[in-house]
Amino acid sequence: MKLLLLLISSALVNNIVLVRFLGTCPFLGTSRQMKTAVSMGLATTFVLVGAGVVTWIVDRAVLVPMQLSYLRTLAFILVIAVFVQFVEMVIRKANQALYEAFGIYLALITTNCAVLGLALMASNKAYDLAETAVFGVGTGLGFTLALVLMAGIREELAYTRVPKAFEGTALALTIAGLLSLAFMGFSGMVPI
Amino acid sequence: MVQGILAAVGLLGSLGLLFGIGLVIAGRFLRVEEDPRIAQVTESLPGANCGACGFSGCSGFARALIAGGAPVEGCRAGGDSTVQKLAAILGRSVGHTARRIARVLCGGDCHSAVQRARYDGVMDCRAADLVAGGPKGCPDGCLGLGSCVEACPFGALAIGPDGLPVVDEQRCTGCGLCELVCPRGVIQVMDAGASYVRCLSTLPGKQVRQVCRSGCIGCLICQRACDREAITVLDNLASIDPARCDGCGKCAEKCPTHCIVITPAPARVEPVRVGSGPA
Repeated sequence: MKLLLLLISSALVNNIVLVRFLGTCPFLGTSRQMKTAVSMGLATTFVLVGAGVVTWIVDRAVLVPMQLSYLRTLAFILVIAVFVQFVEMVIRKANQALYEAFGIYLALITTNCAVLGLALMASNKAYDLAETAVFGVGTGLGFTLALVLMAGIREELAYTRVPKAFEGTALALTIAGLLSLAFMGFSGMVPI
Repeated sequence: MVQGILAAVGLLGSLGLLFGIGLVIAGRFLRVEEDPRIAQVTESLPGANCGACGFSGCSGFARALIAGGAPVEGCRAGGDSTVQKLAAILGRSVGHTARRIARVLCGGDCHSAVQRARYDGVMDCRAADLVAGGPKGCPDGCLGLGSCVEACPFGALAIGPDGLPVVDEQRCTGCGLCELVCPRGVIQVMDAGASYVRCLSTLPGKQVRQVCRSGCIGCLICQRACDREAITVLDNLASIDPARCDGCGKCAEKCPTHCIVITPAPARVEPVRVGSGPA
């Protein structure tokens, strides 16, 4: 039950993009088309879960026993960069078509602050391994949901007349703000 | 204090070293053998990533070419020289391919064509075409809102002062992206040396006269003027067979609406505006 609540909480109530405002760069950059939004969302979900688990292991196995927890941020950046590189190699070897479908997005995830944010939040809240993994899945789903919603709206807007001053980034940011306000409506529903 | 610094540097250093070694080992085991010709082909391509070949970019085309899924002539933007280079890499032979460029097959500019309505929507030809066929009197005429200009990755198109697109022949690579976006098919990529009829209307001559002063009225004068039987008029529209045409220009002289262009034609007008509607 707790895991289910954690899943819903991380996907909707504490949506990583629209409530916590992490990972907004890929959120705005890759949400122009539905297809790219879905690819980016799935790739990020995969990395979020993997990086969450790996950083949890590094934290518990190395940093905590050596009383070097203050190095978390640095160590996690290192771990995430290496993990993404490794995942890229594995996917390229195992499934060339998937590798080409991910394209540039896989490398971009290295610099997605949502991944580092998830790792740091999980260790701050002292989640166990299962909770970290579920937290990763939920966060990834929330990220994908935000991207898909945004892409859907932006695809519709391509054929709409927009005042000159609102075109492009201004409109994207306004929509992001409105979406964020909508998601704020969930706040307090799950006390985690 | 010093001990803390040493511990931090030691930990991060050893973590980095460990991961680095791990990645090197993983790289050994997970290395993907790639055909060295892919890199050669990618280097020979223009690198414009225009997508006219049907692949996501130049590297996608290179991979498909090596795998046998794309023709050697697939890169339209690169032209003849690129095709020859690719053929050399692949060890194939190809003949000479003629340079192809985009031509605007409509002469209905803002002086000669009739507008039957004032369009006040999204400044995009595809959007305008959806609204009851667009504002132009001629159902086959150029809408002049510049979708082709937007689509051209080489900056070879611009809307001229008379509301029609103008092709910069030096910049045009014949990639055909403009041809794809035009809802009327007004822009067509053809051999640079071929003469053409600057109209697509198949309406009867009388109706063409009502909507445009530059359109082909199917009067057959050009067909009669041609000694080499290069011109045929079908469905009230003349067409020129490039194989028979010798570019003598007799047809263009006699054409009452001046809709035949003999190439190489002199540059028409300097482009002044981009992506805006007809004046």
